[in-house]
Amino acid sequence: MSEDTVRFHFDVDGENFTSAGEASVQVKKLLRQLGIAPDVIRRVGIAMYEGEINMVIHANGGDADVLVDNDKITIILADTGPGIANIELAMQEGYSTAPDKIRSLGFGAGMGLPNMKRYTDDMKIESEVGKGTTVTMVVNIA
Amino acid sequence: MTVNEAIGLLGLETLNLSDGDRPIEGGYTGDLLSWVMGRAQSGDAWVTIMTNINVVAVAQLTDVACVIIAEGAEIGGDVIARAASQGINLLRGGKTAWEMISALSDKI
Repeated sequence: MSEDTVRFHFDVDGENFTSAGEASVQVKKLLRQLGIAPDVIRRVGIAMYEGEINMVIHANGGDADVLVDNDKITIILADTGPGIANIELAMQEGYSTAPDKIRSLGFGAGMGLPNMKRYTDDMKIESEVGKGTTVTMVVNIA
Repeated sequence: MTVNEAIGLLGLETLNLSDGDRPIEGGYTGDLLSWVMGRAQSGDAWVTIMTNINVVAVAQLTDVACVIIAEGAEIGGDVIARAASQGINLLRGGKTAWEMISALSDKI
């Protein structure tokens, strides 16, 4: 992290599914104010929103940090949820462990992690069952 | 065509209209929010029967020109209020998604 890194922190509320996405929308506005290109903002917004939804569905919320550097934007989503037992399986499009009530809201289709990977230039998942998960995503600023 | 013109063309009910002059550059239809989020494009008219509050967040993040609720699906006052506070054009009509997109695609 260099001196001119701009950092935003958000607490993602795990109790309130209807407010999920507020951090992503806030980040979108802040990035727009910083003059970041619309395509980059879109990718960051989508990836972060999927991550937020995952934290709300599976981990009772967590912490979201967004670091803006001159050449990249880094999104760090950390939770103390149940962890991911099989990351390779979780990354498969269509695989989901979300409950039916989440599916009825239009989520839980097994698109979240694949979308996060698709829309970022680098994604790293660190997870330990019973401890939690940290997802670090990087979107390069062209 | 603009959002206002789409309202006239499809006979839509205006639930919230923040920018009726916004151009519609394309269209997308779908109800699975994660799918829509990855596929809908900025400037699209998004036609859906999904009406929960997360629709507003997806509309914001994808920057669609408007959300059109098809087949007169029920929508809560809290969702309409959120759309208003976030500047999302939120419309509703009785036609099916197919009928709406078909009509729009002739004009875009």
